[in-house]
Parts: sequence; C-alpha cells; structure tokens
Amino acid sequence: MGEPMIDLQHLAKDFGKQTVLKDINLTVNPGEIVGLIGPSGAGKSTVIKVTLGMEVTSGGSAKVFGTTMPNRELLGRIGYMAQTDALYDALSGQENLKFYGLMKGINRKEIDEQVAYVANVVDLTKDLNKRVSGYSGGMMRRLSLAIALLGKPDLLILDEPTVGIDPALRRQIWAELGRIRDEGRSILITTHVMDEAELCGRVALLLDGKVMAFDAPAILEQQYQVKTIEEVFLKAEGVE
Amino acid sequence: MRTIGIMNRVLKELFRDKRTLALMFIAPILIMLLMSVIFNTNSSTDVSIGTVAVSHKLNKQMADIKHVTVKTYDTKTTAKKALKNEKIDAIVKKNGSNYSLTYANTDSTKTATVKMAFKNALTATSVNQLKSALKKSTQATVKLQAQLQAVQRQQAAAKTTSNAMMATKSTSQKTPKITNHYVYGDKDTGYFAKMLPILMGFFVFFFVFLISGMALLKERTSGTLDRLLATPVKRSSIVFGYMLSYGVLAILQTVLIVLVTVWMLGIEVVGNMLSVIVINLILALVALAFGILLSTFANSEFQMMQFIPLVIVPQIFFSGIIPLDSMAAWVKDISYIIPIKYAGDAVTDIIMRGTSIWQLGFDIGILLIFLVVLTVLNIVGLKRYRKV
Repeated sequence: MGEPMIDLQHLAKDFGKQTVLKDINLTVNPGEIVGLIGPSGAGKSTVIKVTLGMEVTSGGSAKVFGTTMPNRELLGRIGYMAQTDALYDALSGQENLKFYGLMKGINRKEIDEQVAYVANVVDLTKDLNKRVSGYSGGMMRRLSLAIALLGKPDLLILDEPTVGIDPALRRQIWAELGRIRDEGRSILITTHVMDEAELCGRVALLLDGKVMAFDAPAILEQQYQVKTIEEVFLKAEGVE
Repeated sequence: MRTIGIMNRVLKELFRDKRTLALMFIAPILIMLLMSVIFNTNSSTDVSIGTVAVSHKLNKQMADIKHVTVKTYDTKTTAKKALKNEKIDAIVKKNGSNYSLTYANTDSTKTATVKMAFKNALTATSVNQLKSALKKSTQATVKLQAQLQAVQRQQAAAKTTSNAMMATKSTSQKTPKITNHYVYGDKDTGYFAKMLPILMGFFVFFFVFLISGMALLKERTSGTLDRLLATPVKRSSIVFGYMLSYGVLAILQTVLIVLVTVWMLGIEVVGNMLSVIVINLILALVALAFGILLSTFANSEFQMMQFIPLVIVPQIFFSGIIPLDSMAAWVKDISYIIPIKYAGDAVTDIIMRGTSIWQLGFDIGILLIFLVVLTVLNIVGLKRYRKV
C-alpha cells in the first residue's frame, strides 16, 4: 500500500493541565477513507488540529506524507473543512472559492476550471454569483466542502462535512468521496452519522483521549458482536 | 502573491460594507464640521468685562466695541466675586500705568474676545492721547518740537540730562505693560485650529484601529482565520495583506479629511499636504497593527469595544489636544508611549509651521519603531493559531 498519508504514533496532547489526547495511534493509507467517531469532547477536533500542524504534539509523533508536522508547505496538499463553515459572508461563492484557491497556491490559469469543477460536485454552480450572506445553511456547508476539494489535494480532512446537508446531496457527496478514494487519494473524516461510518474503509473509535478500536466496520461489528457501528459506539461507550 | 490576494479580499469586503465605509468617511467630516461650527462661530459671543481703577476713556472705548459690556467695580475683591459668580468674564485692573487682566477662561473664545477688545480699546485710547500730546506740542515752540524729536530718537539709549522732563512725558505714552491671568487653563486652551492636526490623526487612528480589530476578530470567531492558516499561506502574508488594504483605506480617508478641512473649513495648511498624508498613513498602519494585536485579547465585538475607553480615550488626553506643558512631569512621561502624540506633533509642525517632512525624522522614527514592533508581535502572535 506504500507509505501512509497520515501516521500518528502514541500521540499525546495536553493544554496546560488538561489532557485531551493520551495515546492516539492512527494511520490513513493512500486510497482509504478513515472515519473518526466518538462522543463530543473525545478529542476528534484536537486530532485534526495536530494533524494539520495548528497544534504541536505533547508526546509521540504526527507525520503527514512522511514528514513530521507542523510543516507549512505540506498544507498545500491537504484539503481541510472545519466544523464551522468559515466563509466570507460579504463575498460571493465564486469569490470565496477563488480566494481560498489562491491561498492554496493553485495556478491562476487553473483556478477557474477548478472552481467550476468543485462547484459542480456540490451542486452550487447556479448560485456561485450570489453573496454567501444570502446562502442557506446547507448551501454554506456545501461551499465549505467545495473549498476543501479545491486543487485536488492528496489528503482530505473533513470535520463533520455532511451536517445540514439533505440525503440526496449527501449521497452525491459520498459518491464523490468514493471517486477520490479510487484515485488513490485519502480522506480522514469525523462524523456523528453512523451510517456514514459504515461507508468508511476503517473506523477509529475515539474515547477518553484514546483510540479504543480501529478497524474495518465489519470487523468491529464482529468484535463487539453487534450489527451496526452505532451499536459498537454505544457498547464501547457503555463499557467505559 | 498571496499578500495581494488577501489585500484584494479585505478591500472587497470593506467596500461592500457600506455602513462601515460611511462611518469611516462621513463621520469624521461630520464631527469636524460640527466642531468647527461649535468652536469657531461663537467668536461673536457677548462678553462682559469688569474694570477696576481704569480710566473713564478706556471704559468707554471698550463699551463701544460690539458684544462687549463694561461694569466698573471699586475694588478688586468685589470684581473677583463677580467673576466667580459668572457675572463677568474678565477683570481689567490698572496698577499705575500697567494693566492686569484676569480671565475666567472657561470659554477660550470669550477670553480671546476680551483680549481683542482690551487691546483695541487701549490702542484707541493711546492714539487719542498721542493726538492730544501732538496738539500740545504743536503749540510749543519749534525748538521744543525739534528737542522732542531728538529725545524720541535717543530714548532707546535712555539719555537724560536737560531732556529729563520731556522723557518722562513720553514714557507715559509708551505701551503699558499688560499681565494676563487665567482662572482656568492658560493661553493655549482650545482653538479648533490647534486641535485640527491632532484630530485628523485621531480619526484615522480610531477608525482604523476599531475596524481592523473587528475584522480580524471576525476572521477568528468565524473560523476563516483557522481555515486560512490551514493553507500554506505565510503568517506574515496575512498581516501584510491587512496592512496593504487598510493602508489604501487610510490614504483615502486622510485625503478626504485634509481636503474637507482645507476647502470647507478654510484651515490654512502651511506645509506640504503630501507630508500630512504620509504621516497619517504611518499612523494608520500603527493603528492597524495595534488593532490586530488587541483583537487577539477580545472574544467578541463587545469586548473589542471595551478597548475604546482603555486604549483610545487616553490617547486623546496625551495627544497634545490638552497642552502637555501644564501636566505634572510624571503624567507628561506617559505621552511618550502614545503614538498619536508623535503623529500630532509632526502634523502640527507641517500644517502650522510648514516644517518639511525631512526635519521630522524623530517623530516618524518613533512611529516606525511602534509599527515594526507591533507588526513583529502580530506575526509571532499568529503562532497561537498555527505553529508554523
């Protein structure tokens, strides 16, 4: 499978006295979708922040593309979508996409083509010239996802990408994520939607700052002797 | 490249926010117009002057001037009482051949009116005296006239001898010594013209500080800063992008304020207007860096507003609008860390004295030090949000 895209080993992170992550071992291989699930406050966002280099590790190592994070240049190869939409309200969808594209370092010649492509994926083509302040919640979420997809990044880190998106579009987005995986690119995704977790290649169950279980959904279900990931989740949480 | 991208974006956002734009451009003009009206047009205020032991002629001369009423008092004590009770605005007292003036000075325009009225009246009286003296002397012999001329020529050398009698006569015609006393403040209190150069800097500082601080705060709270930092953009590019865009805005604002003050308010700018713009641009950048820095200590727009009494208001006190000379030494020292003071000093020199910008190296240097230090702090400070 080659070198893992993300390689977190014995990762620990504390903010002052508060320990958020104790011992995280997580790998994301090329052409793989890894789901990160866990209750609120389990440290999912912190895992993402450390992976992006916004925070430094307190212990263990965090490597992306084989390089220890934080590393600014590598960020150009990562598409990131945060829990908040993080859009500029006063600008149109198109201007938002172009601005972030420019920040990502996409060539000026390719930018228009890229913008048109990602807008099509999230079904926003006809609303691109509207100001974001006039967008609905779902449209903002889609625009935010489109920004993450800009520049065909090798690695996508998506923090709850499908909140507020209707089922039809969600299916469409997952189809796109599947295509990305098939191209050999990788995705790390956090979610609260358990049937989405079923669609991941592997699922990491994060609880109390540790990865409780990390395997393919089917194997986890077998291990916990339940039928769905949701039950795995509940059981794991109940056991603790 | 990315710096320009950020600049374009910030400018686009700014120019779409019509209300904020109006605040930046219309509010300063409105306030300046108001101030000029309030501080200048009441030069026709009515004043009443209390006089003690002043000649009848002088009293009459003063009373003849428009908007001036004269009240005579027997002693200084009664006059002072009237001054305290706000019945009169100033006291004129004659001590021998000299005059002692005491102003309430709670209103600088009234003080100015009194000063002007007294001077005019005094000149008029002495002109009258001269006239009568001239009459007398024409009645005297030609020889005496020649002697008088000789005396006047030699007066500076204070030669006496046989002309002693004539000399004493002419000293009484010399301008009497006038001493001014102020109940409140001093001669520098007030005047729009003096305030203007500082006000200009203040508006630039205030609006750039507030709006840029708010803008960065919004980036932080809306998550766009995080997202921006999740791209390979350099931290310095973000800071410089903001500087460029607000620099453009500050130039526009300064040009507008300068034009308004020069053309609408008729303030005379002795020096180079370009220099005024350059100084205000540097001040704007300091304000920007300051705003960005302080916005990291605020968690909401309201908390950002809370910096106004803490940061902005003291700047007014030490900006030079209130004369620093009258302050205690330790209070005066505070002014050295106030950026507006340096900009105010520099712009005052340019506008009122026509000083060239090259002679203002000290003020500009200090402003640049402020700018560099704050900018470095900002770039390093962004490390809080991304570790590289």
